[in-house]
Amino acid sequence: MSTPFPASRRPDAIVVGGGLHGSSTAFHLAARHGLKALLLEQTYPGRHASGVNAGGVRTLGRILPEIPLSLASMEIWHRLPELIGDDCGFVHSAQVKVAESEADMETLRARDVELRALGYTHEKLLDAETLRELLPAVSRHVVGGAVAENDGCAIPFRAVTGFRRAAERLGAEVRSNWRVERIERTGEMWRVSGPAGTAEAPLLAICAGAWGDKISAQVGEPVPLNPEAPMLLITERITPFLAPVVGTTSRRLSFKQYPNGTVLIGGGYRGIADRDSERTILKFSGLATNVRVVCELFPLMKTVRIVRAWSGIEGVMPDAIPVLGPSLKAPDLVYGFGYSSHGFQMGPIGGRIVADLVATGKTNLPIEAFSIGRFA
Amino acid sequence: MTDGMARVETCDLAVIGTGPAGMAAAVAAAELGLSVVAVDEQSVPGGQIYRNVLASPVAARLGPDYGHGAALAAAFDAAEGISRRYGTTVWTLSADGEIGLRGERGDIVLLRAKAVILATGALERPMPFPGWTLPGVMTAGSAQILLKSAAVVPADGVVLTGSGPLLYLVAAQLLDIGVRPGAIVETTPGANYRAAARHWRGAAHGAATLLKGLKLIARLRVARVPMVSGATGLSAEAGADGAVARLKYHCGGRERSVACSLLLVHQGVVPNVQISRSLDLPHDWDAAQRCWRPRLGEWGDTALPGIFVAGDGGGIGGALAAEEQGRLAALAAACRLGRIDEQERNRRADAPRRALAHHLAVRPFLDALYRPGDDAVVPADEVVVCRCEEVTAGEIRRCVVDGCVGPNQVKSFIRSGMGPCQGRMCGLTVSEIIAAARGMPVADVGYYRLRQPLKPITLGELAQLEEVAQ
Ligand SMILES: Cc1cc2nc3c(=O)[nH]c(=O)nc-3n(C[C@H](O)[C@H](O)[C@H](O)COP(=O)(O)OP(=O)(O)OC[C@H]3O[C@@H](n4cnc5c(N)ncnc54)[C@H](O)[C@@H]3O)c2cc1C
Ligand SMILES: Cc1cc2nc3c(=O)[nH]c(=O)nc-3n(C[C@H](O)[C@H](O)[C@H](O)COP(=O)(O)OP(=O)(O)OC[C@H]3O[C@@H](n4cnc5c(N)ncnc54)[C@H](O)[C@@H]3O)c2cc1C
Repeated sequence: MSTPFPASRRPDAIVVGGGLHGSSTAFHLAARHGLKALLLEQTYPGRHASGVNAGGVRTLGRILPEIPLSLASMEIWHRLPELIGDDCGFVHSAQVKVAESEADMETLRARDVELRALGYTHEKLLDAETLRELLPAVSRHVVGGAVAENDGCAIPFRAVTGFRRAAERLGAEVRSNWRVERIERTGEMWRVSGPAGTAEAPLLAICAGAWGDKISAQVGEPVPLNPEAPMLLITERITPFLAPVVGTTSRRLSFKQYPNGTVLIGGGYRGIADRDSERTILKFSGLATNVRVVCELFPLMKTVRIVRAWSGIEGVMPDAIPVLGPSLKAPDLVYGFGYSSHGFQMGPIGGRIVADLVATGKTNLPIEAFSIGRFA
Repeated sequence: MTDGMARVETCDLAVIGTGPAGMAAAVAAAELGLSVVAVDEQSVPGGQIYRNVLASPVAARLGPDYGHGAALAAAFDAAEGISRRYGTTVWTLSADGEIGLRGERGDIVLLRAKAVILATGALERPMPFPGWTLPGVMTAGSAQILLKSAAVVPADGVVLTGSGPLLYLVAAQLLDIGVRPGAIVETTPGANYRAAARHWRGAAHGAATLLKGLKLIARLRVARVPMVSGATGLSAEAGADGAVARLKYHCGGRERSVACSLLLVHQGVVPNVQISRSLDLPHDWDAAQRCWRPRLGEWGDTALPGIFVAGDGGGIGGALAAEEQGRLAALAAACRLGRIDEQERNRRADAPRRALAHHLAVRPFLDALYRPGDDAVVPADEVVVCRCEEVTAGEIRRCVVDGCVGPNQVKSFIRSGMGPCQGRMCGLTVSEIIAAARGMPVADVGYYRLRQPLKPITLGELAQLEEVAQ
């Protein structure tokens, strides 16, 4: 690893956005390439999706083009302490997807065949009996499932902070309350400006989550990003009854119990996102559908009290995969945003890819599917 | 719980809370022909001050104020056009007036109201000092609730500590039922008396209120209740059984202590801003009362059209002021719904406005007198601040050193305010600690972002809503 730069050194790269991807980018720029990042965040690092998500670190059920990246990210999650000096609250636990019908089971089998043909072995099918050993409290109607044994979960805000601090230790500068409104290329430099002032650097990375399209549009690359507000709720503490993180096959659910006994419930049910005011509004009717699925799968949950519900703003692309790669219109500009509700797990690798692209124009992972060119 | 579906109901005006503000608002609105639903999580009307006023076994002994409340409650109880729902909790409320209610048996009702008056009153200000979480330590307000509803007489060895009128009131109410407090250890900072003296003009207007206070203190003296004033550095210590056994404090340059088996603590009340915060309404820091209050117009109107705040929830003004604020908000709601025109609204507002000004005149004096000192709201490192998640003041300060600039980052970091009470008990303290540590005004540090449900509900209860999804 490189040593910190003198404070007087001008930044080599500006990173817009202090979520997990921006923080990871700033870290990898310094750690892998000796480049100094100036990270600009409109509120404070971790304020949005990266700091408030469900903390699921999952390779299970990934869309095919994401699998190589997700597996590479998983390796990083397992060795965070040596990389950034903080485990980000990551704990290893299996992720399980339950099949609630024969049709569900058929879907899982088909996926299994597909994955094996591509040489992937991180997901395994479960019969009803093995599944019930893993999830003793699950309802009788469940017929089987699939598991990724190497997955886990982490503490979102801690993860952002862990990467941000590691980046700062290596000399990156982080500014809060610094909203980038305009980006301009002047000569060999990128100049960004907003209410807090202007800043310049030769290289520019856009890790602006649900706001990324506002910036890409400025260089003639508009994308159909939809800001959405997935909702979560958490319960009071109850006696531990569940080790793995649980999802469903044909309905939407994400369900896990923390070591402190609280149970986190999500599934991508949407509130209302207002990205201009950076606020969200909950829709309890959606959460009601969410908890109905929970009560059907785990009847013991019916009488458990909900303590809090919240949501975060996430940039969702129409094909549910991020915009990740170089700009096709402007030089020295790289995008990594629009992670479409499953980008927390991808944070470690996403930032590494953006850093590699910014510094060298290359990455050793397959990212063609994520090119901004697909919307041109 | 029930397995059924949520019922949907509609009304012109929903009044949340049936203390003096809510009862007066509901009566005034019903008189103007609005259909009103009035909701309170308590099983009876009256709010904090007139709790159980219609049926309290000890009502007669709780004094003439209680009598005034009984008249208001009787009018409320008899008014036509009000649907009264007790034992009913508001767990969600949206900006457009959709209200989720949970009845006593876990039945969920979705109430759609054209206007809403939030009359949810005050909460006791947290009073964190070493030992405040020991068994046998409780707030004076909760002792009073026991007193008002069931006449449970606390055991011998009752000591009261803190500041504010309620401290004396509860002591006197204890005397009324034959319990002589072992001591009142008062913490009002000496400098407050001088600061308050500057507001003597207002105080003169509120002579009746002050006289009541002086009479209380005189009664306590006659009853030979030991009273200490200007105490600092409180700490409560446990006995062999783990429950509180003594209160230690500094006074007159010496360390003193008094034995107790029940320690009642209190340092004033602050607006209950749980609902207004959860609606993201703008709030201002009230430096005089050291608390947040929602930003309100002269009718109790908020930034959201059709949503009003009346009573102590909008800033502490006392029960009589709360009543008038309730009437004003009801007039504004009726005007908004087209029942009366603006002229009529203004005409009818005349009397309540004058009464309100009269009742509020004494506030600057009281605020200055009972403003808690720094050491009463910014506790030492070892003191637990968030009781639900057991987070100490020291841990919060360490977060600040690590770069957390406000309560929301501290929350994400160490879970303070994430437990079942959702920051009701620690919110003010956390903001004060961060402000002191960063050397900046509390106003700039801000408050927790609050989310609904406002009160915990079960999964089974929430599931009832599904069928009525729009
Ligand atoms: C409720 C919820 C639950 C989720 N659960 C999971 C899960 O269990 N597992 C999983 O893998 N993923 C999950 N996700 C998705 C995951 O959180 C996101 O995909 C991921 O955090 C995206 O990270 P990011 O850094 O790209 O975006 P963000 O965290 O949103 O960061 C972008 C940052 O850029 C800043 N910014 C934007 N524009 C500007 C500008 N112009 N100037 C300066 N700053 C700017 C924003 O303020 C923001 O802080 C969930 C998301 C939500 C909302
Ligand atoms: C603990 C305590 C004791 C007090 N004792 C005295 C006293 O003895 N004498 C005195 O002069 N003043 C006393 N006060 C001050 C006094 O309460 C107020 O000045 C006065 O009651 C304010 O009236 P209000 O109508 O604004 O609110 P309140 O009388 O407080 O009424 C608010 C009502 O709203 C209800 N409520 C709140 N949230 C919800 C919800 N989510 N769903 C359903 N219902 C809800 C509550 O149950 C409560 O009944 C006390 C205050 C407190 C906090």
